[in-house]
Amino acid sequence: MAEVLVYVDHVDGAVRKPTLELLTLARRIGEPVAVALGAGAGDTVPALAEHGAVRVLTADAPEFADYLVVPKVDAVQAAYDAVSPAAVLFPSSAEGKEVAARLAVRTGSGLITDAIDVEAGEGGPVATQSVFAAAFTTRSRVSRGVPVITVKPNSAPVEPAPAAGAVEALSVTFGEKSTGTKVVSRTPRTSTGRPELTEAAIVVSGGRGVNGAENFAIIEALADSLGAAVGASRAAVDAGWYPHASQVGQTGKSVSPQLYIASGISGAIQHRAGMQTSKTIVAVNKDAEAPIFDLVDYGVVGDLFEVVPQLTEEIKTRKG
Amino acid sequence: MSLRIVVCVKYVPDATGDRHFADDLTVDRDDVDGLLSELDEYAVEQALQIADDFDGDGDAEITVLTVGPEDAKDALRKALSMGADKAVHVEDDDLHGTDVMGTSLVLAKAIEKTGYDLVICGMASTDGTMGVLPAILAERLGVPQVTLLSEVSVEDGTVKGRRDGDTASELLEASLPAVVSVTDQSGEARYPSFKGIMAAKKKPVQSLDLEDLEIDADEVGLAGAWTAVDSAAERPARTAGTIVKDEGEGGKRLAEFLASQKFI
Ligand SMILES: Cc1cc2nc3c(=O)[nH]c(=O)nc-3n(C[C@H](O)[C@H](O)[C@H](O)COP(=O)(O)OP(=O)(O)OC[C@H]3O[C@@H](n4cnc5c(N)ncnc54)[C@H](O)[C@@H]3O)c2cc1C
Ligand SMILES: Nc1ncnc2c1ncn2[C@@H]1O[C@H](COP(=O)(O)O)[C@@H](O)[C@H]1O
Repeated sequence: MAEVLVYVDHVDGAVRKPTLELLTLARRIGEPVAVALGAGAGDTVPALAEHGAVRVLTADAPEFADYLVVPKVDAVQAAYDAVSPAAVLFPSSAEGKEVAARLAVRTGSGLITDAIDVEAGEGGPVATQSVFAAAFTTRSRVSRGVPVITVKPNSAPVEPAPAAGAVEALSVTFGEKSTGTKVVSRTPRTSTGRPELTEAAIVVSGGRGVNGAENFAIIEALADSLGAAVGASRAAVDAGWYPHASQVGQTGKSVSPQLYIASGISGAIQHRAGMQTSKTIVAVNKDAEAPIFDLVDYGVVGDLFEVVPQLTEEIKTRKG
Repeated sequence: MSLRIVVCVKYVPDATGDRHFADDLTVDRDDVDGLLSELDEYAVEQALQIADDFDGDGDAEITVLTVGPEDAKDALRKALSMGADKAVHVEDDDLHGTDVMGTSLVLAKAIEKTGYDLVICGMASTDGTMGVLPAILAERLGVPQVTLLSEVSVEDGTVKGRRDGDTASELLEASLPAVVSVTDQSGEARYPSFKGIMAAKKKPVQSLDLEDLEIDADEVGLAGAWTAVDSAAERPARTAGTIVKDEGEGGKRLAEFLASQKFI
């Protein structure tokens, strides 16, 4: 059976969830071969094998951490040459997309970004994408070379599918361009203790209506009562009330949770772009005309300072 | 010393308009008003600031470059009225339906022809939203990529910037020439002044076609694309939900709904 390369997104060996979702999709097209790079690459093997990786190609070198993107492109290209895959799948992270794009140019392959589904098709994999702020759904194919596809988080279930996970050291020769962009320093993001925004089953977001950084405690309390991640509109982020890492929308994170609760958010097209594919959408807004109400499964027209704390209390009571 | 900056700007259908596909499944650019992609305004703004900072050391010159139809001149005019010095417009009937691989090829050739020390792009186009073109340009031009910056500066032939990623914030550095992209966190873009708008009318706009760039028609366009869209379907409208007015019990009723959907 044809092999499918899967680029592993991990933090010091801890495999991030979107990569496990990629393995589910890769198994539809062929046998997944994972490529894990950088510090802790070897530690990714058990999780990858557990979810279907037949082989895991690993490489570590200081270049991966010290220089931006290109060393990883060199490594994935080495894996590509060694495997001759039927397709290459990447998570749609900033880095995943850039590595994918440069690999596609080098290998003369068509590139599809931000797929929300990938299936086997007669002429190769077929990717589903959600475009124009999720107003349209397209199906696309790569018509030249080996398909290189990046996939958004939450696009497929994580499925256990134990496989051999045979570890092989990947030998990489870094090209002269690989050291072009130096990473002078790296400050890891401090964890909020809440679920990752893009991976969470429930997202609770606040917008301009929250009216102040200190008031975000109301949004956080609701999120915590549901075990949810916290999001924010760009208006709230630009006002300095909540960190940019939590921004939902076109220029922030794109989320597709089971439940999205928007409070004090009007529902501008750029915000919708990042949340419109959520399964269930709920909004609290004091303006009955707010466009967010066009999207909701359930909406409350009211003051979020009344409605949200009451909701949080009621959830706590019901959960006991 | 001089600093030649090329800013890549895209002309896109207005996101607040009714965007849709044409019969050949390319983006319909006729029925919806177009404009300079808002995310590329940030690129123009950073170019202007970098040029300002540089000016003591010599001449900085900003060229704005677009690949797009006739109307894309509007995007160039806007960038010129913000303060860019000149513009290059690559326009050719054979470009219709070009994908990111073709567009990047055309941009790379046009950038080389123009001459550059620094290329600045937006973080993503607001229509295609791929966000990969800057990385591809760097690959094609064979120069460092310093992308997705929320802060950028140029000093002594070195570009420095901050990239706020998913799991970490990184400080980056590369020697010129380089390709940079900036995010919408890099700083508000200025509005064109009346004087800027008047001045823009006199600034040179050079038109180039594929022949000028020595690109074969079959390398670009719909037929030359490396990807194919097979279908585009309008997302079904969400079924109308329940909307209640809070009369003191709004939170409780919402909790009831969430419980009925098994979220509690
Ligand atoms: C290129 C570009 C990219 C963008 N990217 C993003 C993006 O990624 N994410 C994003 O969110 N936006 C983005 N935007 C901005 C977007 O257009 C909107 O400006 C933004 O989403 C508005 O945020 P908001 O809904 O919080 O604020 P507003 O539109 O001001 O809405 C606030 C809402 O709160 C309600 N409200 C006020 N007080 C209360 C109260 N006490 N109780 C209940 N409701 C109340 C009001 O009725 C109103 O509907 C982008 C814009 C551009 C041009
Ligand atoms: N047709 C185009 N003409 C000029 N610049 C472009 C064009 N398409 C994309 N770009 C540049 O590339 C960036 C990223 O685009 P994309 O990868 O298409 O999302 C944009 O913000 C622009 O700076």
